[in-house]
Amino acid sequence: MTVSQDQDIPASGAAGLAGAGAREAVQGGRRVRRFSSDLSAVGEPALWGFGGALALGIILIAGFLALIAWNGVTTFWPKPIEQVELRDGTVIAGIPTRGGPYRVGEDVLARLDDAQRAEIADNAGIASRTLYKTANFDLYGDDFRWVSDFEVANITTPADYWYFERQVWGVFVGRIAGLSIDGQPVGADRALLRREHEAARDRFTQIRRLEQSEIGRVNFQIERERLAQRRANLRHGEGSPEAQAVVEAAQERIAALQAEFQTLQAQVNEIRARDRLVRIQMEEVGGRVVDVELSQIVRLFPANDLGLFDKIGIYLSRWWEFVSTEPREANTQGGVLPAIFGTVAMTLLMVIFVAPFGVITALYLREYAKQGRITSLVRISVNNLAGVPSIVYGVFGLGFFAYTMGGTIDQLFYPENLPNPTFGKGGILWASLTLALLTVPVVIVATEEALAAVPRSMREGSLACGASKWQTIRYVVLPKALPGIMTGLILAMARGAGEVAPLMLVGVVKLAPALPIDGFYPFIHLDRSFMHLGFHIFDVGFQSRNSEAGKPMVFVTTLLLLALIVLMNATAIIIRNRLKRKYADGQF
Amino acid sequence: MTATSDTRTAEQVYEPTAYHIKQGDQGVALDIQDFNLWYGEKQALFDNTLPIQKGMVTALIGPSGCGKSTLLRSLNRMNDLVDGLRISGKVMVDGFDIYGKGVDVIALRKRMGMVFQKPNPFAMSIYDNVTYPLRVDGVTKRSILDETVERCLRAAALWDEAKDRLHDSALGMSGGQQQRLCIARGIASDPEVLLMDEPCSALDPIATAKIEELIGQLAGTYTIVMVTHSMSQAARVSHNTAFMYLGRLIEYGETATVFTNPVKERTSDYVTGRFG
Repeated sequence: MTVSQDQDIPASGAAGLAGAGAREAVQGGRRVRRFSSDLSAVGEPALWGFGGALALGIILIAGFLALIAWNGVTTFWPKPIEQVELRDGTVIAGIPTRGGPYRVGEDVLARLDDAQRAEIADNAGIASRTLYKTANFDLYGDDFRWVSDFEVANITTPADYWYFERQVWGVFVGRIAGLSIDGQPVGADRALLRREHEAARDRFTQIRRLEQSEIGRVNFQIERERLAQRRANLRHGEGSPEAQAVVEAAQERIAALQAEFQTLQAQVNEIRARDRLVRIQMEEVGGRVVDVELSQIVRLFPANDLGLFDKIGIYLSRWWEFVSTEPREANTQGGVLPAIFGTVAMTLLMVIFVAPFGVITALYLREYAKQGRITSLVRISVNNLAGVPSIVYGVFGLGFFAYTMGGTIDQLFYPENLPNPTFGKGGILWASLTLALLTVPVVIVATEEALAAVPRSMREGSLACGASKWQTIRYVVLPKALPGIMTGLILAMARGAGEVAPLMLVGVVKLAPALPIDGFYPFIHLDRSFMHLGFHIFDVGFQSRNSEAGKPMVFVTTLLLLALIVLMNATAIIIRNRLKRKYADGQF
Repeated sequence: MTATSDTRTAEQVYEPTAYHIKQGDQGVALDIQDFNLWYGEKQALFDNTLPIQKGMVTALIGPSGCGKSTLLRSLNRMNDLVDGLRISGKVMVDGFDIYGKGVDVIALRKRMGMVFQKPNPFAMSIYDNVTYPLRVDGVTKRSILDETVERCLRAAALWDEAKDRLHDSALGMSGGQQQRLCIARGIASDPEVLLMDEPCSALDPIATAKIEELIGQLAGTYTIVMVTHSMSQAARVSHNTAFMYLGRLIEYGETATVFTNPVKERTSDYVTGRFG
C-alpha cells in the first residue's frame, strides 16, 4: 500500500473518504487525517501466513500422494533382467530395484585389492551399491542381493532371460531349459509355450473351481449335517428316538454327499494327472534346473525381449490379477480381491449401523431432550468419545461385542458348534459395529449441527399448518438437514475405511479367502473374519517374512485403498450435492 | 361479555383500554379475555381483552416489542414452543378456551392458518407445499388434493402464475410469489382464522400491493388478524385496529377512528408518528 502525504482536509469529508482504516494523528494541535492504514489493520501479514500455511499443507499432501501414486503406478511395469558378472567370477541375474551410497565395512575392504581400496578411500569410505531382485527363493534362500559397484565386472541384458511368476515360491528368474509334454521334451517355441500355458492355466482354474466351489459346497453341507445331528442330540438327548431319527436321516444324506465328494475328487484327480504331464524346466543363472508343472506358472515373459505393447499387456494383466484374485505367497504376490471386498463390505455395514444410530441420537438430543445440564454432559461425552484411541474401541469391541454378545448368541443359537465359536470371535459384524461406535460421534455432531441450521421459520411454518412435531421433523426438518447429515456420514466413512488398529482385534485377519458373502446359505456370513486393505498394508509391509518383496505391494495397496476411499467419498458427495440442489434454499 | 364495556378493576394502575370497535354481523370469532403472558419472570402481555370480529380484518399495531406478535402467536399457541411460558386468561373460540384442558393443539392449528414475516415455503414442490396441511392430516386422495391446490392458489391469486409449474420447487419462486404461496398454504386446511405476522415486511411495494389486495378479497371468507408495522397498510386493509403499547392494549376500535380521531393521546402520538 502506498503512504500518501498527510493532508489537511475537513473532518467531515475525511470521515467519508478515509473510512474505517483512516488513522488520526495530532500535529501542531490540529487533528490530521491520513489516507493510509496501519499494516496490522489491513491484515496483510496475516494473509501471507494463511497462504503459507495452505501452501505448506498442499505441498505435503500433494507430495505424499505423488510418492504413493508414482510407486504404485510403476510397480507392475515389467522391468528388464540384468546379468551381472562379478569380479570374483560369480554371475547373478536379477532386476535392479534400488540403490544408493553406503559406508563400506572393514571386513569388506580387507578382501579388496589396493586399487579398489584407494578408490573407496578417495570417496571418504563411501561406495554405491544396487539391490538386485534375484528371486528364486527356493534355491537361494533370499529374494534379494546387494551388489556394490566395485564388485561388478560386467552387466549385460541377455534376451533369453525369462521372468516366471509362480504359484508358490514367488518369482523365478532364469532361462527356459525345456518344455515337456507326456514326458517327451518338445521344442520351447513361443507359440507352443503360450498355447500350452493357457491350457495349463485353464486346468488350474478348473481344479481351483472344483475344489473351492464344488467340493467346498459338499464339505459345507456335510458339516451342516453333522451339526444338525449334534443339535438334535443336544435338544432331545442322545439316543432318544427323535434324535435317532434325525441322526439316521442325516447319515443317509452324508453318505450321498460323500459319494458326490468321491466323484468330484475323481474329476480333480483326473485333471491333475493330465496336468502333471505338462512341465517346464527352468534354469537359473548358475545352471540349476527347476522342473514344475506348467500350470504352476502364473505368468511368464522374456523380460529383456518385450515390445511396448507386450509390456502394456503385462502391466494391465498384473493390475487385473491384483484387483481380481486372492493373494499368494504370504500376501506378497497375487491380488487383494478379498481385502477390497472386506474393506467395502465392512465400510458399508458400518454406515448402515452408524447412520440410523447417530441420526436418531442427534434427533433426540437436539429436538426432543430438554436442553440443560444433562444434555450438555451428554454432548461433551460424545465429543470426548471422538478422542478415545481407536485401539481402545478395538478392545471394547472384542470384549463386549465378540466375547460377551457373540458368546451369548453362540450359546443361544449355535450350541451345536461349541466349543468352536460362531459369533463369539472377531468377525465382520463385530468389526463394523466397533467402527460404528468409533465414528458415531462424528455423525452425532454433524447431524446436530445440520438440525440446528434448519431455520426456525420452517419448523414454525409446518407446526402452524397443524403438523405434529414428528411430522415437522419427518417432512421438513430432516430433508432440509439431510445434506449436512450426509457430510457427517462421509466424514465417518472416510475415518472408518482408513481405520486399522481396532480391526486387528475384532475380525481382520492376514488371509481369509472365504468372503463374507458367497453362494452358500445363508449367503451373508457376518460371523466370518475378513481381510482389509489397511491391515494388508501393515501386514505385507511389516509383518511378512520378506518385507523387501512386499514393499511394492505396500504402495500399490495404499494407492488402491486411497482410490477406494476417494471413490466411496465421491459417490457420497455426489448424492449429497444432488440432495442439496433438491433442497436448495432459493429464498430471495 | 360485551365487547365495548370496560371490564377493568379499580386496582388497575394503568389507564383502561378505550374500545370503539366496528361490530361485524357474524359475531365474534376469537374472544381474548384478560390475557396475560409471561416469558419466565418477564411479563409480556397485560390483561389484553379484545374480541376479534368474524369475517373482518383486525390489525395489531404498536411499536416494536409491544407484544403484538406475541399476542398473535398466542392465538394458535405457537408460543407453546418457548420454554418457561406461562399464561392466564382465556381465548375463546366457539365457546371453547383454546388454553383449556384437553385441547388438541394440532387440531387447533388446523383451524388457524398462519402466514409469517418472511416467506417460509418448504423445500418441496408448489403442489406439496399447498397440500402439506392436508397431507399431515392423512388426506391422500388425489382428487381432493388437486381440488384444494386449485382452490387455494386461486384464492391466493397465484393460480395463473403457478398452474404450469405445480411440481417445480417452491423455492424457485420470487419472494412475493412465495408469500402468496404461504397464504395459499395457510388457507388449505380451510381454517376460520388467518393469522398474519407482518406478511409484507420482507416484500417490495408491488408484491405488497398484491398481498394487500388479496387480504381484501379474503376478508369475509376468513377472519384475518394481522400484525403490521406499516400504519398506512393497517389503515388501508383493516376494519378494526388494536393499538398496543408495552404489552397493554391501549385502544381497540374502528380503523378510521383510530387513525383520524383516536381516543387516547398515546394512540394519537403513535399514529401521527410522534413516537414509536
